[in-house]
Amino acid sequence: MAASEIPRGAGKLGWLSPAIVTGGLAPAVVLVIRAARRDLGANPIAEAMNQLGLLALVLLVLSLAATPLQIATGWKWPIRIRKTLGLLGFFYVCAHFLVYAVLDQSLALGAIAADITKRPFILVGFVAFVLLVPLAATSTAKALKRMGFARWKRLHRLAYVAAILGIVHFVMRVKKDLTEPAIYGALLGGLFLIRIMDVALKRRDKRGSMRG
Amino acid sequence: PPGSAAARDPFKTDEPRTPYEDVTTYNNFYELGLDKEDPARNTKTLKPRPWTVVFEGEIKKPQRIDIDTLLKWFPLEERVYRMRCVETWSMVIPWLGFPLGKLIERLEPTSRAKYVAFTTLMDPEQLPFQLTDVLEWPYREGLRLDEAKHPLTMLAAGLYGKSLPGQNGAPLRLVVPWKYGFKGIKSIVRIALVEKEPETSWNMAAPREYGFYANVNPEVAHPRWSQAMERRIGDLDKRPTLMFNGYAEEVAHLYAGMDLRMFY
Repeated sequence: MAASEIPRGAGKLGWLSPAIVTGGLAPAVVLVIRAARRDLGANPIAEAMNQLGLLALVLLVLSLAATPLQIATGWKWPIRIRKTLGLLGFFYVCAHFLVYAVLDQSLALGAIAADITKRPFILVGFVAFVLLVPLAATSTAKALKRMGFARWKRLHRLAYVAAILGIVHFVMRVKKDLTEPAIYGALLGGLFLIRIMDVALKRRDKRGSMRG
Repeated sequence: PPGSAAARDPFKTDEPRTPYEDVTTYNNFYELGLDKEDPARNTKTLKPRPWTVVFEGEIKKPQRIDIDTLLKWFPLEERVYRMRCVETWSMVIPWLGFPLGKLIERLEPTSRAKYVAFTTLMDPEQLPFQLTDVLEWPYREGLRLDEAKHPLTMLAAGLYGKSLPGQNGAPLRLVVPWKYGFKGIKSIVRIALVEKEPETSWNMAAPREYGFYANVNPEVAHPRWSQAMERRIGDLDKRPTLMFNGYAEEVAHLYAGMDLRMFY
């Protein structure tokens, strides 16, 4: 079971991962070009932070969609791009945090520390970022082997926690309108539901086969 | 920060003005869209003429008046004010308008008048996001009578010497420079003098976060973010936010003895 869940080398869909990387980094390139052309509006730092945060959330939710999509359809390819999507999401989380720390806060460490400890909204985002660090660090095949699949899988469930915190962070940031964060919340809830139903169905099958 | 005490003129700060382009493309006007760039894009539906404003409530001369007649009542003067948004960004804007106090004087308030209530146009054909329920429409704002009569408080009909663009609240909006920007209600159709503190839109939407007073105050944080610093649009670095947005000398006495943590 473990082996089948690990994406292996370049098979028939060898182009898929490079395509995802290219597509996933394209918005970052667009953002850099817009920044260089002073085309990010009146408040460019806020705009960059919003865009990077949104991209991070979208990619994390997409990476979490891989397994439910495979469960629902039986397709194998979503699993092959799961790690790429997750790492791209982490890339945007890092960029989001760096823009906040370097440009928004001018690397004033005291102010950043005060922000993180005193503002629940910043704290929630920061915890999501921190939770993703071990996941990124153990994203290699080598790390998976060293940890063993069961432990690795347990650790990587933190991706759900990080995504939930990301959405909470989004909810707490908006002045009032919750439509956008609610969309991501609903998507994540749907993905969660598929996984829960899957577990429930498997348990029922198991009991059924034991009786039979 | 304001210049030396001798040069100090609260009606005309000498700080660099935020470019017209930024003042007119970075707006919060939820009736025309939720993103900052939306109001400028969606403003075509808003028709600032013909336009009538109703004055009513605790006044001796209730009336309904055409905007162009109203604008002839008082000479229009330019005032350069800092504008601090509750979202921690700020601008410096040359407004064109007249002191609200002069209008109030002309309307002859009764002795029961304690507050002023303002209402934005309610018309989803002109303000299409009124079809959504982001806020309870129409947008409402209010001031205590002494705040409304303060010489700094103005009704603006223009900026940079031109008529207000729709996204900035055409044809008539409130400007209260020591309060957060959301107090500056746009596209006003009704001004009523009232006895009780009126309902205000952001306070109705999130009472713990947005108070009736909404005075700029670096020491009282928004529940979700600090108000100690702000980014002047056009700057990279943030700057410290000043008490009452730098107008403390003029307005602090209005709040003497009040706990500003409680009346935020």
